[in-house]
Amino acid sequence: MATAAIPVKHAGPGWGLRALARRLRNGDEIAHLFTLVFAASVILITSLLVYELWVNSALARHKFGLSFLFTRVWDPIFDQFGALPFVYGTLVTSAVALVIAVPVGLGAAIFLAELAPPKISGALAFVIDLLAAVPSVIYGLLGIFVVVPLLREYVQPFLKATLGFLPLFQGPIYGVGFLAAGVVLAVMVVPFIISVSREVLLGVPGDQREAALALGATRWEATWKVVVPYARTGILGSIFLALARALGETMAVTMVIGNNPQISASLFAPGYSIAAVIANEFSEATGDLYLHALVELGLVLFLLTFILNGLARLLILATTQRGVGQE
Amino acid sequence: MMIRKLAVTVFLLALGTMAWAQGSGPVLVNGAGATFPDPIYSKWFDEYHKAHPAIQINYQSVGSGAGIRQLLSGTVDFGASDGPMSLEQLAQAKIKVLHFPTVLGAALPTYNIPGVSQELNFTPEALAGIFLGTIAKWNAPALARANPGVNLPAKDIVVIHRSDGSGTTYIWTDYLSKVSEAWRTKVGKGTSVNWPVGLGGKGNEGVAGLIKQTPNSIGYVELIYAVQNKLPYGRVRNAAGNFIRADLPSVSAAAAAAAKSMPDDFRVSITNAEGKNAYPISSFTWLLVPARIQDPRKREAITGFLRWMLKDGQKYAEPLAYAPLPREVIEKEMKAIAQVQ
Repeated sequence: MATAAIPVKHAGPGWGLRALARRLRNGDEIAHLFTLVFAASVILITSLLVYELWVNSALARHKFGLSFLFTRVWDPIFDQFGALPFVYGTLVTSAVALVIAVPVGLGAAIFLAELAPPKISGALAFVIDLLAAVPSVIYGLLGIFVVVPLLREYVQPFLKATLGFLPLFQGPIYGVGFLAAGVVLAVMVVPFIISVSREVLLGVPGDQREAALALGATRWEATWKVVVPYARTGILGSIFLALARALGETMAVTMVIGNNPQISASLFAPGYSIAAVIANEFSEATGDLYLHALVELGLVLFLLTFILNGLARLLILATTQRGVGQE
Repeated sequence: MMIRKLAVTVFLLALGTMAWAQGSGPVLVNGAGATFPDPIYSKWFDEYHKAHPAIQINYQSVGSGAGIRQLLSGTVDFGASDGPMSLEQLAQAKIKVLHFPTVLGAALPTYNIPGVSQELNFTPEALAGIFLGTIAKWNAPALARANPGVNLPAKDIVVIHRSDGSGTTYIWTDYLSKVSEAWRTKVGKGTSVNWPVGLGGKGNEGVAGLIKQTPNSIGYVELIYAVQNKLPYGRVRNAAGNFIRADLPSVSAAAAAAAKSMPDDFRVSITNAEGKNAYPISSFTWLLVPARIQDPRKREAITGFLRWMLKDGQKYAEPLAYAPLPREVIEKEMKAIAQVQ
């Protein structure tokens, strides 16, 4: 009731109720207000997320401190928790995915943007966008029923026979493991790389190509030495989008990674990723410390994504400053 | 004008709903917990609703651990768990929680060994050894001795376990902890454990899928899943020294053996049970009910359901491949319902 007693009159003329209403009737103000609220909500949600992760991992942070990041044991029964095998698994599977997906994705994007007839390019681009929308559990099933048997029966024995001197390709063959997870992730992120890179390559002004061709470059030289460097920032962006998806992917990874928290140099070995262990163990986690350790894993994943995104920004900044063909 | 009319309507509607909820409208009871008994619980709550249209019981199969957490934080009216709450958990809880066994389930070893079609026999030592990683080959003496006449290959054993926390893992590790000192001290029992060896599959279907695909592998799934999917599985030697195949009679036999020594709070593990025909990797699954329920109508609904479940509900168990409770346990539980106030 007290608030109603405050006279409106003393407020400045521009801030009177009627004036406010008049201003609000002008669509710009409303649009400004709403978009501001929406933009602010993104930041608010992110900070809430970090706050919740921080508060709900307090027990584990106090008990283990920084050693949480460097401990290999994950034992819910004896309350020993360490994140290292999960961090390792997350990074290794994402790296394998990018090693496979970047050349394939970039090659496909160059073909679609530069070499393919526009009709084919348009049709294929549509299919690729569809691929990006397939739910990850479908990719997981594809992994279990197609990728894993292929790896176990053909690819891994072949790699072992030819490149077996590398520690990467040693040890018993199960089919599931780091390699399987990396391959499935690669299949999942390739559409992102192709789709974004193609758009970026198509956005390169025709003058650039024509200038290169006029100087006597072959079509491939014009593409590889002029168009691709011009589009480099956008292509890097597409790769980091793919990396972000690979780091956080849960369902498809847990179906093929083997779910064993161990650190092994061999890509044939089973592993575990941060997202997968949270999804697997959260619902049955009994005991506060156990729960807090799982939440702290979420915090670690958040930090990991944050750091890698920061590095991506720096990389993009560094390449643009060198300024090859930037507008 | 429109807005004012709308506001009045909404207000009246809200008033009406409140009056309705206070009066003799339907009673809504919420529960959450174990996934393993979810099929029979769904069936029960459905049938009970048909018989008592005024009572609606919602059950979310979010996992035993989450069920216990939600019960203790008061977000659900009852919980459900595949493992009894530990003394520590009960001591930490702000409310007193009662355990009511509902049906029985079992975990069993299933395997995929190319060239072996016979039903294998497993001794407790062999199972513990395989899952500890100390028995690494199929033709190890511990396995060969229990399976005379079976041509076991000299291949490495691939162990497959659940990667998600689960009641099935609880039963399995509870059994291994009882039969193996090494297991008890090194690994222990729980819904998730630090597995010494092996690959993890998500859910029964994940484990079964990996086993089907991986030659020379062994893992464990729950009985219902194995029956419904016609998986081959092995016999396990029980405390009396007989190799027993998991099925409803052998699981019931394990319960009957334990029924005589059932403690008053029903928190009992019946793995490695006595009894000639008892299947040793069996377990009750429990409903967790607060001893004090403030709302009298909810209290009526829950105790009424418990009585119905023990009397009429048990007949739905066998068609869904759960073993029904032994008579002695039912009688004891009927008396215990009075503790809910």
